[in-house]
Amino acid sequence: MRDITTRIAPPLPTTAEKLKFYGMWVGLALFLLVLPKIFASGGALTTFCLIGISIIFALSYNILLGQTGMLSFGHAVYYGLGGFLAIHAINYFGGHKWPIPLPLVPVIGGATGLFFSALIGWVMTQRSGTAFAMISLGLAELIASSALILRSFFGGEAGVSANRTKMFRVFELSFGPQIQIYYLVAAWTLIAIIAMYALTRTPLGRMCNAVRDNPERVQFVGYDPHVVRYLAFCFAGMFAGIAGSLAAINFEIANSAYLGAVQSGTVLFAAYIGGIGFFIGPIVGAIFVTVLSIGLSDLTSVWQLYFGLFFIGVVMFTPGGLTGLMMMHRPLWRAGMLTKMLPSYLLAGVPTFAFLTGIMLAIETTVHYTAHPNEDPNIRAFGIPFNATSPLTWSAAVLLIVVGFILARITWRRVAHTWDETLTAARAKVHPL
Amino acid sequence: MRKTLLAAALALPILGSAAAAEDTIKIGYIDPLSGGGASVGEVGLKTFQFLAEELNTKGGVLGKKVEIVPLDNKTNPQESLIQAQKAIDAGVRFITQGNGSSVAGALSDFVTKYNERNPGKEVLYFNYAAVDPVLTNEKCSFWHFRWDANSDIKMEALTNYMKSTPSIKKVYLINQDYSFGQSVRSQAKAMLAAKRPDIQIVGDELHPLLKISDFAPYVAKIKASGADTVVTGNWGQDIALLLKAAADAGLKVNWYTYYAGGTGGPTAIKQAGLNHQVFQVSEGLANLDHQPSRDFEKAFRAKYDFGMFYPRAVNQMRMFAAAADKAKSTDPVKVAQALEGMTFEVFDGGEGFMRKDDHQFFQPIYISSLGERGDNEPFDEEKTGWGWRLVAKIDTQQTVLPTTCKMERP
Amino acid sequence: MLELIVISSLNGILFGMLLFLMASGLTVIFSMLGVLNFAHASFYMLGAFFGFQISRWVGFWPALVLAPLLAGLIGIAVERYGLRHVHKNGHVAELLFTFGLAFAIEEVVQIIWGKSPVDFRVPAVLDFPAFTIFSTNYPAFKMFMLLVSVVIFLSLLLVLKKTRVGLIVQAALTHPHMVAHLGHNVGRIFMLVFGVGTALAAVAGVIAGPALVTQSNMAALLGPILFVVVVVGGLGSLPGAFIASLMIGLLQTFAVSINTSPASLFGPLDPAWATTWLSDIWNVTVAQVAPVLPYLLLVLVLIFRPMGLLGTRET
Repeated sequence: MRDITTRIAPPLPTTAEKLKFYGMWVGLALFLLVLPKIFASGGALTTFCLIGISIIFALSYNILLGQTGMLSFGHAVYYGLGGFLAIHAINYFGGHKWPIPLPLVPVIGGATGLFFSALIGWVMTQRSGTAFAMISLGLAELIASSALILRSFFGGEAGVSANRTKMFRVFELSFGPQIQIYYLVAAWTLIAIIAMYALTRTPLGRMCNAVRDNPERVQFVGYDPHVVRYLAFCFAGMFAGIAGSLAAINFEIANSAYLGAVQSGTVLFAAYIGGIGFFIGPIVGAIFVTVLSIGLSDLTSVWQLYFGLFFIGVVMFTPGGLTGLMMMHRPLWRAGMLTKMLPSYLLAGVPTFAFLTGIMLAIETTVHYTAHPNEDPNIRAFGIPFNATSPLTWSAAVLLIVVGFILARITWRRVAHTWDETLTAARAKVHPL
Repeated sequence: MRKTLLAAALALPILGSAAAAEDTIKIGYIDPLSGGGASVGEVGLKTFQFLAEELNTKGGVLGKKVEIVPLDNKTNPQESLIQAQKAIDAGVRFITQGNGSSVAGALSDFVTKYNERNPGKEVLYFNYAAVDPVLTNEKCSFWHFRWDANSDIKMEALTNYMKSTPSIKKVYLINQDYSFGQSVRSQAKAMLAAKRPDIQIVGDELHPLLKISDFAPYVAKIKASGADTVVTGNWGQDIALLLKAAADAGLKVNWYTYYAGGTGGPTAIKQAGLNHQVFQVSEGLANLDHQPSRDFEKAFRAKYDFGMFYPRAVNQMRMFAAAADKAKSTDPVKVAQALEGMTFEVFDGGEGFMRKDDHQFFQPIYISSLGERGDNEPFDEEKTGWGWRLVAKIDTQQTVLPTTCKMERP
Repeated sequence: MLELIVISSLNGILFGMLLFLMASGLTVIFSMLGVLNFAHASFYMLGAFFGFQISRWVGFWPALVLAPLLAGLIGIAVERYGLRHVHKNGHVAELLFTFGLAFAIEEVVQIIWGKSPVDFRVPAVLDFPAFTIFSTNYPAFKMFMLLVSVVIFLSLLLVLKKTRVGLIVQAALTHPHMVAHLGHNVGRIFMLVFGVGTALAAVAGVIAGPALVTQSNMAALLGPILFVVVVVGGLGSLPGAFIASLMIGLLQTFAVSINTSPASLFGPLDPAWATTWLSDIWNVTVAQVAPVLPYLLLVLVLIFRPMGLLGTRET
């Protein structure tokens, strides 16, 4: 992971910046408070809850990948175990009438994640790089498979369900309605974000970065990279456990899919797409991937293809993720020269858009021909109706692809050119020689 | 482009299509429409769309049009709950699902809790294919109705047939290692021991679900055991690959299956050359000598390139319409009350009834075998030229099993 | 007993050789480019579907040559226009690229050939039992599969050890940077290696398609286990991959035939424990855990011998 040299934690703030900094957190809290007032439908609340959970999960993953440089294929193990313990805790506390309210259940999930990562992590973190990745893959398969064997704990493939309203109640909160769950998840998300941000500012957080960038040097200054990796791994496991228990609370069910490869893959996607080089990267990625995975399947039946193509696109063209793309523009923004880029962006955007539309048109018409050959040719994709059999559609698709591609290539070269010029100018403006 | 997509994707789950038109009844179809399970889910979706159209051409249900809302659950319980929530936002009051008992369990649980917490906005769950007995026993729910015979009922029917087949002497059980496979296995053992104590169970195998790519080692075990009959609840690729490996090794046994007729099954049977050696227990078959269902099958096949795999879905939709008529309302609670105990002339002929105690539908069950067709067998499967032939019919009353359900009614 | 041992060994070898057919390509790619190619199994699937389509038009034997060529060309294009650009962004980026590619390929295959299995038959020439042992038939096609695997193994070894190209590739397997410093066009070597690797996967697909099932989820079914083979065998070691494939094939096949569980060895549990989680472990048979065993092997090998069985450098 030698390529990630961008610093995750920003430099220490001045007093003025401090005000801005704390204001940001307060603003975030306020935003979370009013959000359900704007979007109040059940589906929206569920979506927000899922986003919150996946933010915690993706951030915890980034403690490994982005900050310590460990690629894990089995992070969902700790997420899932946290979820299972939480479900059992809800059932147990509810059944035995223990005076523990639902909002404290994530503590149990976090403790579970911490316990298991501490247990397994010592052996795993002895190695980094590909060896670590492969061990995590193997272990994840092992644990996910044994979940189906240990039926009395994991409940087989049907999983374990619970009723969250049966828990001890404080302030007459039943936690039946989704809105209450939303505030529960939002509060925990805020706590987890702050905690994980604080972690990046501790000496341990900085040592993690050092282990990622140059483990040998870390040894020279007297730290054991293995221990640093182990500690990072434990923290990551703990926050994953919190996320898992929140998911268990939200769905009131935990099953073996929580531990599986799909869950581990999704979090890797989310973190990388958002940008592993920045603290807020995984947050952006989590929001994006969650919304995409919930919404895209409504728009088109071949959403997996778009998903795949989209990820290929991100990996190829924006290696820093979505956040990286935004951060690239920061020097220009500071110099107030962002507007200089706009015309060339617009110019390049039009053919690119045409090219992509052409591809989507071609995909959707092809899908219609192979999957529903005898049905009504007037199909809808992405909410836009068109006729799949008409030669007009076909020629439009071909035209859009060919012309769009050629023009996009030319215009993007222009963008690169303008970019270089503007960036040089911006640098000269901010740091005049 | 990315931004438009993002905006569109963002807008959708949040806004939903809140304006549910009053003159349509939306039925949320929650099943896999992408990924590995999609081939099955798509067949189900088209079946339901065809049935909705049938209802609509007859004037709909109480004059309202029926619309199927497809929702992709990717065979994942959590995803199913999200989709159910989305469906409810879009004005759906009836959901239907079939693939995967784990999904069914989660949905039944969700619907029960949702109805408890949102009185006046109840949602009904019609289960057309998830056969885990638990759903109408320990975990039964007032809001769940099952039209498919559960796996115990099918085993009851199958063993009633095996009882009268003296050529069966040594039985090998091979099943998928999860709740359904295990219930097939334990019921087969218990029921055979009671009905045919002379039958020897020579093998009892559980293999991981949908993870085996080569069944040759399992076939070697079957062969070594000297079995003459194999009973399996396998579905999907697990049945296709099992039959293929058996044919490769030259294993000569009879196969009693639950789902050999599923997508890809007939193709595999034809490839393996198992002419009338693979049996299926189901609630209907295309080549049954029953004119209305044959007419229906003909119309269905004229439109799609597959046969009618879900006669129970026909029963489900027609009974739904009948129950709404009876209740003179499409309110889920009233429809549920009308459905309880309802008797109904089923798709393949004969009487079926929805038992009030556990919301399990009982109907005649058929044993059929796949192979070369006779003169009065017009339909083949998956363009193989082979079709299902009736072997035995088990009457409704012979399939009734007791239930442990203690239903909580609203 | 003897019957089961003989037949299980035969089945194990057959399955192991199929694994090797796929892993041979991956091991070369993985060792040389360091790319965890998640899409490798997708090329195996592409091979099967190309083979199916071409054999419909011109017969099985031309398909056996044309399908891998086609898949190899696609592989070359993927390397040249995709991976090469991603390479500079590090291994995670490459991995995600292949992840996305696997997604996209699976969906494209579904769009073109549908989601149900296609009817890909064994060619008539080979559709007979080669021999019968303990009254179990062994189809000639499976023997053909065995033959192809052995031929590929030997010819790969020969090419790697005896030709100039092989020497360069072999050097790049163990010392990739040195080879670049010596002035070889590493880019082109990578591209060709990637092409050959994917073509090998496609050969496996054309052969496994009729023998197993040709369906759009066949890639996902065998994908992860390939990594196990490559890592257990050791990076950069073709013989290692060969041994690991056989080992995993035999391990799985033999495990399936063992019905032993702790309960059958030591008798049932004390009733006091019979309803706890311990009874789950107590009653599980070796056959039930068979598919997990390769992953256990992977973890153990990585902990105790990180360079793999015959590998020369750490992963």
